[in-house]
Amino acid sequence: MTFLKSAQKVLQQNIREYGMYIALFVIMTIFTITTKGTFISSRNIVNLVNQTGYIAVLAVGMTLVIVIRHIDLSVGFLGGFLGAIAAIAMVQWHLPVFLAILLTLALGILAGTITAFLVAQMKIPAFVATLAGWLIYRGAILVVTESTGTIIIPDKIFNAIGNGFIPDIPDIGILPGVHKLTLIIGVIAIVLLIISEINDRKKKLSYNFEVLPMEMFVIKLIFISALIGGFTWLLAGYQGLSWTAVVVLVVAIIYHFITTQTVLGRHIYAVGGNPEAAELSGINVKKITYIVFGSMGMLAALSGILFASRLQSATTTAGSLWELDAIAAAFIGGVSPAGGIGKVAGSIIGAFVMLSLTSGMNLMGIGISYQYMARGAVLAAAVIFDVATRNRAQ
Amino acid sequence: MNTPILEMKNITKEFPGVKALNNVSFQVAQGEIHCLVGENGAGKSTLMKVLSGVYSYGEYNGDILFDGKVQKFSGISDSEKAGIAIIYQELALIPEMTVYENIFLGNEVRNGFMVDWNETIKKATEMLKRVNLDVNPAAKVKDLGVGKKQLIEIAKALSKNVKLLILDEPTAALNEVDSENLLNLIRDLKNNGVTCVLISHKLTEVIDVADTVTVLRDGQTICTLNAQKGEVTRNALIKYMVGREIDNIYPKRDSKGTQEIVLEVKNWSAYDPSIGRNILKDINFNVKKGEIVGLAGLMGSGRTEFALSIFGNPDNYQLKGELFVGGKKQQFKHPHDAIEAGVAYVTEDRKGDGLILIQDVKENITLANLYEIATRSVVDKNAEVKVANEYKVNLNIKTPTVEQKVSHLSGGNQQKVCLGKWLFVKPNVLILDEPTRGIDVGAKFEIYTIMTKLVQEGMSIIMISSELPEVLGMSDRVYIVSSGRISGELPIEEASQEKIMHLATN
Ligand SMILES: Nc1ncnc2c1ncn2[C@@H]1O[C@H](COP(=O)(O)OP(=O)(O)OP(=O)(O)O)[C@@H](O)[C@H]1O
Ligand SMILES: [Mg+2]
Repeated sequence: MTFLKSAQKVLQQNIREYGMYIALFVIMTIFTITTKGTFISSRNIVNLVNQTGYIAVLAVGMTLVIVIRHIDLSVGFLGGFLGAIAAIAMVQWHLPVFLAILLTLALGILAGTITAFLVAQMKIPAFVATLAGWLIYRGAILVVTESTGTIIIPDKIFNAIGNGFIPDIPDIGILPGVHKLTLIIGVIAIVLLIISEINDRKKKLSYNFEVLPMEMFVIKLIFISALIGGFTWLLAGYQGLSWTAVVVLVVAIIYHFITTQTVLGRHIYAVGGNPEAAELSGINVKKITYIVFGSMGMLAALSGILFASRLQSATTTAGSLWELDAIAAAFIGGVSPAGGIGKVAGSIIGAFVMLSLTSGMNLMGIGISYQYMARGAVLAAAVIFDVATRNRAQ
Repeated sequence: MNTPILEMKNITKEFPGVKALNNVSFQVAQGEIHCLVGENGAGKSTLMKVLSGVYSYGEYNGDILFDGKVQKFSGISDSEKAGIAIIYQELALIPEMTVYENIFLGNEVRNGFMVDWNETIKKATEMLKRVNLDVNPAAKVKDLGVGKKQLIEIAKALSKNVKLLILDEPTAALNEVDSENLLNLIRDLKNNGVTCVLISHKLTEVIDVADTVTVLRDGQTICTLNAQKGEVTRNALIKYMVGREIDNIYPKRDSKGTQEIVLEVKNWSAYDPSIGRNILKDINFNVKKGEIVGLAGLMGSGRTEFALSIFGNPDNYQLKGELFVGGKKQQFKHPHDAIEAGVAYVTEDRKGDGLILIQDVKENITLANLYEIATRSVVDKNAEVKVANEYKVNLNIKTPTVEQKVSHLSGGNQQKVCLGKWLFVKPNVLILDEPTRGIDVGAKFEIYTIMTKLVQEGMSIIMISSELPEVLGMSDRVYIVSSGRISGELPIEEASQEKIMHLATN
């Protein structure tokens, strides 16, 4: 009984956080049933991850932008434009692939810095400044692809980012047809996670702080391990971890770490919570604005690279509506429009929710018109849930 | 005693982890001025929110009888219809709108579907006359001082035909003259049959205006005192509020500071480009180690602007003159530089630019000095909780845990969080801007005790205050500021209320 009570308490206190995961779970279950299992097949999940990649990295950057009470509408076409630049750098300027990627990322940071200059220095509302950017980058894509049309990218390494998978260890006879390196990585991740959770708990206990009751703690560990384990197993059943998944994971881990563990992260949330108070606390609000928009620009570049690589070409339409998908993903993931609240992990889940809807409905053969409506309804429902639980928590 | 206009019976209201009201009973007689007093967090504001329907029927236990009827309000509009108006601790006017628009906001004078602006202006002018306020009804609210805003709030309430007017700490941000005006107005209203509930931490004014006083402590009614029977005395109020007697609210201090100057400005002037005016003129000022320097003056005399101008100049004034901190000439470009040099500033507006309301107590306390609890820029969250708990204990912050959001704390406890945040920076010079605004006597005494301890350990304190007794009771030396200039400097032995007021108004 006490166990049930404490489970209920934990759930109640964290309902907002778990809500998203529950939503994703529900959506996936529904599609698994309606598609008779096709949705949850290894192949489809791997595809889903690869399709989500470029929106997920945008959503990560957008999270921070919204947290500091701004918005960035320009990132879709900026991503599309920079994808084209990457293609041109390789095809026309004959730059080696790594140089082309670095150049693209650097240009992304530059673009973000310009936005930050307009917002922080010139005090132009971000909505307006980035709307201008939206128009400019849209035109820029047309300019650079005008003479050539779609630019085909022949580089194998570049194209692997969006289509390739990590190599496997040599076959040792067991588990044929399963991607073993992926499994190994999954197991390592689970072990690291358990160790760090146990260490954290020990440290908390040594300070005499409150911790989850032992049985809840064990259940939580089992649950998370099962989740990672199951997911890894699914991926390993097809071709293993894709490079896109690796990129998204690395971005997620770095940003999660920065936002939750570092001084910089805390300063970002402080600026979002109350810019005046942050300024008086010695935090340079302008500097934070530059960092956040700079990071957004870099992630837009990365998004453009992922997309171009996936299509193996740069197209004239790349980038359209990406920014809105990213914003929607962030809101579904629990970012507060008023600023100061929002988690990177949430936004990535939000991106998965959006793309799961698309993928599931495609498999079911539902037309594009209804897909838009369904996504709109889910966005509204997510935000209603968020607002409702927030009011209750007060 | 007259018939009660309001009876609240056995009201209980709980928040997660806090029982804010525990079986409170509260009675107000028709036509009286009833003061509600109690320590920070005693539950005064919560009781009034229950009454006015902010917490609707069902969110609390107990009964409300108003005007002879049992009331079950489910929102502010219900209580307004019944004739109850509440003016909050935080003003709720819309700065960009005009005075008349604000007065009739939500209660527009209509002519069919349209707002009748001529009638609105006419009525607004009448209302302004009723509250003795001489402003142009077409002026924008943002251009008016706090005192006038407060009166406009009252005019707004009157326009709704109130029978019971509730004022939550209306004079906390007012100077003596404005306070006096407001209290006179309340007496006027009483003569016109409006019953008034006044929440205040200023005991002098409570003793002045109250017919009846109800004291709350820890969510319970302690007693009801009757002024006519001579029960409302300073000592009685303090005793019932705090639960013990405090003889001397200003603690004794052995040392009186040293001769070593730790912060000094010479010929200091500031021009504010956003309003196109010189706001500080030729200020010469210093603080010595271990000294409390009072900065007295009227509201708007430039004391806060002066503090900000030396604290890294966040409002980007154009500065002239020299600033020395610890003997070194300094030019701070950002509050960050000032903090590095050992200067801290506790703002007068804790909700506006002091706290991050959506974050919790511990995050607010550590915000200005995160590197102290971080290794290689990674924050040690356990150390953070530990630090926060130390300040919670030392400053006696009333909160169930340091994980509580600061928006859920009472005003006085929010102030203590602000103070804790800046003490954690471990400054040499601490600038306190109205440090005891909206704080109960017990907490005031605690803050004075902390200040005393800090200066005895060698810290220097600059205290901006509009409460003259506090300036006289705590400072070693007083500067008086008037229209951006230092109009006088008095050693404490020579200072008196009259002298300070004289210098402040010339
Ligand atoms: N929304 C809330 N959530 C949680 N706790 C709350 C909330 N509002 C008030 N409290 C708690 O209820 C208690 C009473 O608060 P209240 O604001 O009524 O005090 P008060 O008497 O008005 O104090 P002050 O003089 O400082 O304004 C405090 O302990 C406070 O922390
Ligand atoms: Mg209050």
